[in-house]
Amino acid sequence: MRLDVEPLDGTGAIIAPVGRLTLTTAAQLREAVDDLVANGRARLVVDLGRLEFVDSSGLGALVAGLRSARAAGGDLRLANASPQVATVLRLTNLDRVLRVHEDAASALADG
Amino acid sequence: MRGSARRLVVVRVLVVLALIAGVNYVVWRWLDSVAWSAWWIAVPLVLAETYSLVDTALFGVTMWRLRERGEPPPAPDGVTVDVFVTTYDEPEDLVLATAVAAREIRYPHRTWILDDGARPSMRAAAERAGIGYLTRSSSWDGKPRHAKAGNLNNALFQTDGELLLVLDADQVPDPAILDRTVGYFAADERVAVVQTPQYFVNVADADPLGSQAPLFYGPIQQGKDGWNAAFFCGSNAVLRREALMQLGVVGYVRGVTSGVRRALRTAGSVLGRAARSPEAADPALRAALEALRAEADGARRAVAAGEPVADVTYRFQRRVDDASRTIVAGQVETLRAELATLEPELLHGGPLEVDAEIGQLVVDEEALDRLARRDLSPLVAIEAVRRLADAVDVGRSDEAQAVMPMSTISVTEDMATAMRLHALGWRSVYHHEVLAHGLAPEDMPTMLQQRLGWAQGTVQVMLRENPLTLRGLRTGQRLMYLATMWSYLSGFAALAYLAAPVVYLAFGILPVQAFGPDFFVRFLPYFVLNQLLFLVVARGVRTWRGQQYSLALFPVWIRACWTAFANVVLGRPLGFVVTPKTRSGVHRPAWRAVWPQLAAMAVLVVAAVVGVVRLVAFDADPGATVVTLVWVVYDLAVLGVVVPAARYTGLPAPAAPAPVRMVEGRGTEDP
Repeated sequence: MRLDVEPLDGTGAIIAPVGRLTLTTAAQLREAVDDLVANGRARLVVDLGRLEFVDSSGLGALVAGLRSARAAGGDLRLANASPQVATVLRLTNLDRVLRVHEDAASALADG
Repeated sequence: MRGSARRLVVVRVLVVLALIAGVNYVVWRWLDSVAWSAWWIAVPLVLAETYSLVDTALFGVTMWRLRERGEPPPAPDGVTVDVFVTTYDEPEDLVLATAVAAREIRYPHRTWILDDGARPSMRAAAERAGIGYLTRSSSWDGKPRHAKAGNLNNALFQTDGELLLVLDADQVPDPAILDRTVGYFAADERVAVVQTPQYFVNVADADPLGSQAPLFYGPIQQGKDGWNAAFFCGSNAVLRREALMQLGVVGYVRGVTSGVRRALRTAGSVLGRAARSPEAADPALRAALEALRAEADGARRAVAAGEPVADVTYRFQRRVDDASRTIVAGQVETLRAELATLEPELLHGGPLEVDAEIGQLVVDEEALDRLARRDLSPLVAIEAVRRLADAVDVGRSDEAQAVMPMSTISVTEDMATAMRLHALGWRSVYHHEVLAHGLAPEDMPTMLQQRLGWAQGTVQVMLRENPLTLRGLRTGQRLMYLATMWSYLSGFAALAYLAAPVVYLAFGILPVQAFGPDFFVRFLPYFVLNQLLFLVVARGVRTWRGQQYSLALFPVWIRACWTAFANVVLGRPLGFVVTPKTRSGVHRPAWRAVWPQLAAMAVLVVAAVVGVVRLVAFDADPGATVVTLVWVVYDLAVLGVVVPAARYTGLPAPAAPAPVRMVEGRGTEDP
C-alpha cells in the first residue's frame, strides 16, 4: 500500500491510501495519521478512491485515526469509497458512525 | 456403518429414551406425587427435579450432533501466525519455559510474551531467548485495563499475523500445535477459532480436585462443535485476526451509538433544568441554554434517524464549545469553585464509573439520572455537558483503544468473545487432540477460586448478553450456550436434594405422596437410562468425579450466581480473584474452604441416625425410610469428594508430561 498525503492550508490534510489497506498495512496508516496530528494537522480526509481492498484491521486503523484527530480537536472524514469498501463499511455498521462523502471537498465542508 | 456413526445412533436412541422416561417421571411428579401439605419442601424438590430434567434434555441436544473430526486438513505454507503467551504475575521461569516451547513450534511463526506485569527482568529474559516481548502501550495509562482481554487487545494492535495462538503462561505447547490446526482456517474461510483441549500434567490418577475435564474437552465440545458452537476457552486456541477485528469494529459501533444516545439524553435534561433555574434569570443566558438544549434534542433525533454519529457529535461538540467559550468566559473562577463540588459526581462514583474488578467502564444509569435531576447552575451545566459529550464520543476517549476485539463484558473474556463471533456468522472448530500440557491448581482453595471465577464469568455473560435473545445466533447455538449457563444453576437444585431426605428422616415429613411402586416404575427407568447415556458418551471412562463436583461444589455455584447477579444487576463489585498458578503457603487441610459441605454431611449423618431410631422405636414407614437412607448414602458419597480434596497438596514430585494424545470423557460441563 502507498500513502499519498496532500497537506491543506494550515491544519488539514488529505490522505489517499493506494492499494490494499489490511492487517499488514494498517499500522502504516495509523502512524501517518498520528504524525499529521502531532504536527498540528488534525482536520483529515481519507480519500478511499484508489483503495482496492480494506479488511477489519484497516477499518480499525480508520477508527484509531478518528480517535486521535478528535482528541486533538480536529476530525477525520471519509470520501470517495469504491463499492467493495462501501460494502465493508456497511457490513460492520461503521457507516452508522462515519459518513462517506462524495469527494474530499464535500468532506471538508464543516458540518 | 463407521464406528463413530454407529455410536451416534446408539447415543441418539438413548437420548430419546432417557427424555421420554424423564418427562414421564417429572410430569407424574407434578400431577400426582407432590405432597402439597408440605409444600415448603415438596415444591423446591420437584423444581429441582424439573431443573435436572432440563439439564438432561440440554445434554441430550448437545450429544445429538456429536462430531468427531479426526485428521485435520493439512496446513498450507505461508500463513502468518503470532503466538501469544499471556502472563500477569506467574513465575518468570514458568513463563519462559512455555515461551521457549512456543518458539520451538514447527510451523513458521513469531512468539511473543504478553507481560501485563511489565517486569524488566521478564523483558530481559525474553530478549535473551530471542522471543518478542509486549506490554501495554502508554494509551492504557489511567484507562480500564480489562485484565487478560485487555492484554490481548493491546497485543493485537502491535502485531500483524493473520492467525494468533493464545497460550496461558502454564500451557506448554506441542511443536506440532500449528501444523495440526492452521489447516482448518485455510479449508474454510469463515472459521474464526480452533480450540484444542486443556490437559493437565500435574494431576494424580485419582484426580481428587477434578481438574481434568475430559467430558467437557471431549463429548461436550464435540457435541457443541456439531452445532457450530464449539467454545473458545481462553487458551490452547488459534484465532483468526480478521474475525476478532471485525468483532471489535462492530462492538465499537454498538458502544458508540448507545453511549452517544444516552449522553445526549442526559445533556438535554441537564440543560433544560439549568435554563429553568433562578440563576438563569439573564434572558441572554437563558436563551443560550435553551438553544443548546434544542441542539441536544435535535442531535438525539438525528442519531435515531440514522445520521452518522460522528457528524452529529462533531456538530454538537462545536456548539457546546462555542457556548461555553462565550458564556463561561470571564467567570472562570466561579466555575472552578462550583465544579470542585461537582467533580466527584462527574467522575468518581459518577455516571461513568470504572468497575474495579473487570476494568469495565460502566455507564451508571442511576448516576446519569441523578445528574440530570440536579439543579446545576448554568455555568456548571454547560461544563458538565461538555465533559459528558467528550467522555462518550466516537473517539471513545474513555477507553485505551477505540476498538476492543476481545470482548470485555465479563471476567471470562473467552465465552463472550466466542458467542459474539458466532452471532456474526463465524464458525468454530473443536480439534480433539491434546496439543498443550498445562498445570492445574494443586490445592482446594485455589481450585475453588478458579471454579468460582469461571462460574461468575459465565453467569455474567448470561445476564449481560442472553444467548436466547442475542441477534444472529442459530437455535442450536443458543441451546449450546444455554446448556453451559444452565449447568451453573445446579447449586440451587443441590440444596433441595440435600434438604429433602433430612426433613423426612428427622421430622417424618415426606415431600412426596409415597415411595411406592408408582414411584419406582417411573423413576428407575429414568435413572438407569440417564446413567447409561453417560456411560456410552464417556466410552467407559469414569464420569463419577465430575458428577460428584457438580453437586458437591454447590456453595461455589450459588455464590457465583448471587455475586454475578449483584454485579450485573445491582452494580456491586464481584470479588473476583485471579487464579494463582502455583501453590501458596503451607499445606494444611483446607477444611475451612469446604465448611458448608462438611456441615451438610454432619446434618445428613445425624438425620440418618434419627431416622433409624424413628424406624425402630416409633413406627416410621419402613419403605420410605429405606429409600431415604439410600438417598442419604448417595448424597454422602457425592459430598465425600471434598474430604480427600481438602487434604490434597498436589503431586509429590513434578510429573513428566504424560504421553497422552487423545483424552476421553469424564466430568461435568464445567470448562
